[in-house]
Amino acid sequence: MKQKPVVTMPALDDAFGSPRALRGRAPDVFRAGGWVPMREYSADETVDFVIVGTGAGGGTLACKLAEYGFSVVALDAGPYWRPLEDFASDELHQSKLYWTDERIVDGENPLQLGSNNSGKSVGGSTVHFAMVSLRFRPEWFKARTLLGYGVDWPLDWREMWQYYRQVEQALKISGPLNYPWGPPRPRYPYRPHELNAAALVLAKGAEALGIAWTPTPLATISAPRGLAHPCVYRGMCVIGCATNAKQSVLVTWLPRALAAGAEIRDLAMVSRVEHDTAGLATGVHYFRQGRQHFQRARHVVVAGYSIETPRLLLNSASSRFPHGLANSSGLVGKNLMVQANQAVWGLMRQEIRSYKGPPSLAITEHWNYTDEGKDFFGGYSYMSQGPLPIVWAGTQASKRGLWGWRLLDQMEQYNHQVGLKIVGECLPQERNQVTLADERDPYGLPIPRVTYSYCDNDQRLIRHSLGFMRQALEVVGATEIWDETDDTCHLNGTARMGSTPESSVVNADCRSWDVRNLWICDGSVFPTVGGVNPSLTIQAIACRTADRIKALAARGEL
Amino acid sequence: MSERYPGYDVLAKRDSQSWNAQTRAVIDERLALDPEAHRFFNDVEWVTLLAVCARIVPQPAERARPVPIAGLIDAKLFEKRGDGYRDARLPPAPAAWRRALEALDAESQAGYGVRFHELQPLNQDDLLRAMQEGKTHHPAWGDMPAKVFFTKRLLHDIVTAYYSHPTAWNEIGFGGPAAPRGYVRMDFDRRDPWEAAEVHPGHEAEARRDNARVG
Repeated sequence: MKQKPVVTMPALDDAFGSPRALRGRAPDVFRAGGWVPMREYSADETVDFVIVGTGAGGGTLACKLAEYGFSVVALDAGPYWRPLEDFASDELHQSKLYWTDERIVDGENPLQLGSNNSGKSVGGSTVHFAMVSLRFRPEWFKARTLLGYGVDWPLDWREMWQYYRQVEQALKISGPLNYPWGPPRPRYPYRPHELNAAALVLAKGAEALGIAWTPTPLATISAPRGLAHPCVYRGMCVIGCATNAKQSVLVTWLPRALAAGAEIRDLAMVSRVEHDTAGLATGVHYFRQGRQHFQRARHVVVAGYSIETPRLLLNSASSRFPHGLANSSGLVGKNLMVQANQAVWGLMRQEIRSYKGPPSLAITEHWNYTDEGKDFFGGYSYMSQGPLPIVWAGTQASKRGLWGWRLLDQMEQYNHQVGLKIVGECLPQERNQVTLADERDPYGLPIPRVTYSYCDNDQRLIRHSLGFMRQALEVVGATEIWDETDDTCHLNGTARMGSTPESSVVNADCRSWDVRNLWICDGSVFPTVGGVNPSLTIQAIACRTADRIKALAARGEL
Repeated sequence: MSERYPGYDVLAKRDSQSWNAQTRAVIDERLALDPEAHRFFNDVEWVTLLAVCARIVPQPAERARPVPIAGLIDAKLFEKRGDGYRDARLPPAPAAWRRALEALDAESQAGYGVRFHELQPLNQDDLLRAMQEGKTHHPAWGDMPAKVFFTKRLLHDIVTAYYSHPTAWNEIGFGGPAAPRGYVRMDFDRRDPWEAAEVHPGHEAEARRDNARVG
């Protein structure tokens, strides 16, 4: 007779209580209660690299540098989850994955932070990202020269194409056989996912309007990989994958980093980057287990994403660097870019039940690659949508202004609603920025103030996209169509890379112009954002940075 | 409002392949919340909050166990759970909520001579609409714009609380927790046997039958 396995109730928030990566071991993310060995560096040891943040930038770089033989300690403010034992199937509970510390938002279009753009976990926001894994359009790397807006990147698209390939392989991206736009790219490692009804609505609309569409390249597996089985279409990707199908940094780069000898310290909040009298970085101060610590390092990498990275650099001001570290250009914190995330929603006669499957299974990049017929610079993609009830109700209430019986009537149509949502390019503007507020957090550190306003070009792009997507819903017979005019996603900029110390914070290698052993490796180095989700590009840049560090070290130029 | 998913109860799946132990623990805790308990709000604020919640998300009178919206908000504030951002025009969430409830009562007293919870629902809606449209006048609001509070704080907190509850999922036919089983049927008009069945005119019995089998 088969015995029922005894299920012991795990303490779900155990990972918050005290650090897990301690005493020579780190959580095994593939086994409930499991551990893997971890190299540990003693408190007075100077490591080659200390990395602040373990998301798409820092986690990827930690892996690559450790594999190249450098000694690496990576710190993260968030807990070290084992998804199989720590994640519930519940939207409210899983908000534990978000960076919910107070931040003040202002400007003409104050941003909504936390849930959709800020993670606080080992693995960063990739633990709750929507897994959309897209390459930049090649011309975007020379946006100023070739397309007439923004600024040029100091990177060449052909080189980036190789790094995109490397990341797509590392994450076993599930994608279409042929990608409809841009120069040829190699096959995706895994086959595309089955389309849900919401994605089929996008496909029908695109076909009726005569534009191309494709199954979205996604970082969730469509075939077994290691101990993980394929995606089961649970649809809760943006609240954390409980089955490990999602190829987050937590379950891809970081296990490799540990195996290669990196140490990861969870629940470690870095407060300040220290420097010596020569103006070189010497290490970082951080809080862990209720105490202050200092990690010495020959190189410091800041990888806290577009709010925490400038906040840390600004909070590291000293008499030598009164305006913050790496800030001789005055550009630290400036040129914050979001992506426009407007949507058009409607109702279908058929049942859609968009809560099933990854939320964005189909995409069109038509307006990223087509320059004709636009009254704006830049581009946008749009994708099918699958909001869970809390997010959907928030959209109906806060964005559409519904409450009372009207709200309940609309919510009752949940299984028939369908939507198309853009990831739209917003232009860099110096007035959009992260600065320090007067308020302080529980560590005594000034909290960030995030200021954001759209420019005219952004507004024109949004208008164009709403008009086009409305047609794409009308043509498939959707009714009661309405525009969600106020939403943004992703954060980029605030420490842009560039070709001169006057016009940028870091060079093409993500190396600070001012402090030569300080590096910045996350979305904050983006000079422009394009109309695609940034995570693949952040990881590709991290891989390139690791190669550049290896090459510089070999030449004695580190 | 008619019942769209007659007889559907997402909790029937509690012991199925769609709910793991972690999820059961989280939802059990939510269901066990004492609807009268308030650790953050005082008694005066509490009755006003209850009245506000009842207008923003009205619940059927016959519902035996209404969703404890106010209690969920109280727990969030008491446990200091934030959202990760705050509009610069608003004070921190705890202070904003206290001031808003006090100002709403003051506004009601000034206009109708009674407190907010003593008003007729129609008048309550008028006051809430005045907030939403930025047409409140009482000095008790201070420098906090009622409109910003209404959209960014009040609506957000109330609907988040309501739609975190299984009773609300039943109302909208949401599949609810889905680990480890997930879903199989993805196309138009397809439901897995463990999903809510929608009622079609003249076929209520079928929907009830299918919903009784959800598990």
